[in-house]
Amino acid sequence: MPSGALEIVKRVTRDPFGLLGLVLVIIVLGAAIFADVIAPYDPAKIDIINKLQGPSAAHWLGTDQLGRDTLSRIIYGARVAMGIAVFSIGIGAFIGLILGILAGYGPRWLDALLIFFFDSLNAIPLILFALTVIVILGPGTSTLIFVIAVISIPVYGRLVRAQTLSLRRSEFILAEQAMGASLPRIVGIHLLPNVLGPLVILVSMDIPSVVALEAALSYLGLGVKPPTPSWGTILNDGYTSLRSNPALVIAAGIPLVIATLGFTFLGEALRDALDPKLKTRRTP
Amino acid sequence: MLAYTIKRIGLGLLILIGVMFAMYAAVFIVPGNPARAALGPRATQEMIDRLTREMGLDQPYIIQVYNFFANVLTGNLGIDVMSNRPVAAEIWEVLPNTLILCIAGLGWATLLAIPLGCLAVLKRGSWVDRVASLISVGTISLPYYVVAIYALLIFAVKLNWLPAIGDGEDGDIMSQVQALILPAFAIGFTWVGYLARLVRASMLDVMGEPHIRTARAFGVPEWKIVTKYGLRIALIPTLSLLAVSLGGLISSAVFVEVIFSRPGIGKLVTSAVALRNYPVVMGAVLVMTAIYVTLTIAADLLIARLDPRIRDAFRGA
Repeated sequence: MPSGALEIVKRVTRDPFGLLGLVLVIIVLGAAIFADVIAPYDPAKIDIINKLQGPSAAHWLGTDQLGRDTLSRIIYGARVAMGIAVFSIGIGAFIGLILGILAGYGPRWLDALLIFFFDSLNAIPLILFALTVIVILGPGTSTLIFVIAVISIPVYGRLVRAQTLSLRRSEFILAEQAMGASLPRIVGIHLLPNVLGPLVILVSMDIPSVVALEAALSYLGLGVKPPTPSWGTILNDGYTSLRSNPALVIAAGIPLVIATLGFTFLGEALRDALDPKLKTRRTP
Repeated sequence: MLAYTIKRIGLGLLILIGVMFAMYAAVFIVPGNPARAALGPRATQEMIDRLTREMGLDQPYIIQVYNFFANVLTGNLGIDVMSNRPVAAEIWEVLPNTLILCIAGLGWATLLAIPLGCLAVLKRGSWVDRVASLISVGTISLPYYVVAIYALLIFAVKLNWLPAIGDGEDGDIMSQVQALILPAFAIGFTWVGYLARLVRASMLDVMGEPHIRTARAFGVPEWKIVTKYGLRIALIPTLSLLAVSLGGLISSAVFVEVIFSRPGIGKLVTSAVALRNYPVVMGAVLVMTAIYVTLTIAADLLIARLDPRIRDAFRGA
């Protein structure tokens, strides 16, 4: 594993696609963080007189059916997309981490129970789970975060469990146990740092699918509720006015393309840089 | 083989019962009466009481669960609270549409992905391999619904070659095929890259095996080794990974049906969710889960049939 962050960045940018991914991700994150600075208009400002306009000098990407500036809505949409991704994956990874360590380091029966839990969650197709939860809790941002967090638990939990299982038999952990180290010490100081690396790689590879899922459910009207600008709702607005103003739907698709490709390229380059073993398996 | 089949089917049934139980329980976790939620805010107390009785919600929980399971076993999925028609009939009407869409989508993706994966192995490390892997990454990570909408904009709205919505005229095969093209393209899009990657990776594993080396020593041309000796074995792990991802196919069918306003179980369930039409949502989710479980079992059994090692491992256990 490379020591410094600088070394990782160097390795990632040596790969042209890694560099491209990094640039695209910086654009998306920049839009999310500095949305209120760079957005030319208020994303919620309605201007019916100028509705459904094509691209112009005043509105670079045109306006939607309420005359709102598309570019500003897309920029604020980055904030929504990234916020949901960070929260849902964060919660899912945190619970997955705890359950994974419990399964891998705890008693055998607990392991069997948790594995059964992971498998049953995995056995339900994502969309069916999402629809069932949404019909019960009602659509909205918090429901969306809940759904994505829950469906990511088994993926992260399984990875952490596998890592923990192989680590608990390793010599340095056995030595710690022989010296009478306490449980919190073994888990906190020895297990956790070794488990986090692969988890971070997996999490970064998951971002594009979470971004795509958020937009897809919002597109169906089951995710982020209007007037909050989500790339999915903007896409749906564009779909509705497909014939009168195609510029809107074209513009709405672009951030999704940028974000998913960017995070995928960066994630793959990161994995190659951090975990050479995975790389040799992928391209022998 | 028989023991394996029985165990696998038993596990599938367990999952199905688990999902049903969880869904049924979930409705009761929510505060408020499902009948009230189904009827909307303007319903009178009398209407709510009647629907509560009709749905059997005034009975003890354990009786309700029993009734629910007993009804499902006899093919009764309840009554749609909006249209007053049996849910089973509504699902049965649109189900073939969804299956045709899934088969067509997976079909074209497979036909393209297998040659693509083979080509990548044949020209390993060359620009062909790089292009193939770029196509794979691109189709996997790009959201297929964005691609679908762009395709719709180009081919249906601008060029007017294909219909934008629906599933064609009744009895007119030509129009039905035309209406299938764009949705099938959208649903198969992700799978091209996914399958090509699987074929390539499992084929590279196979290419290191002794029988391939022997074939090479006999001077068998490389393309023949790849397609005849490599692909046959490489398809087994491909198939097993495919089985695990079938849930994704169902998910994408839901989105694609909504985008193209194509009648199907996905369109049915999403409009039911929007209206909080519980019986339809529960029935559709149940049917989709059943299809998914059946498909995974079928794939697992097929794999066991093709790969004696799995069969024997299970027999030994």
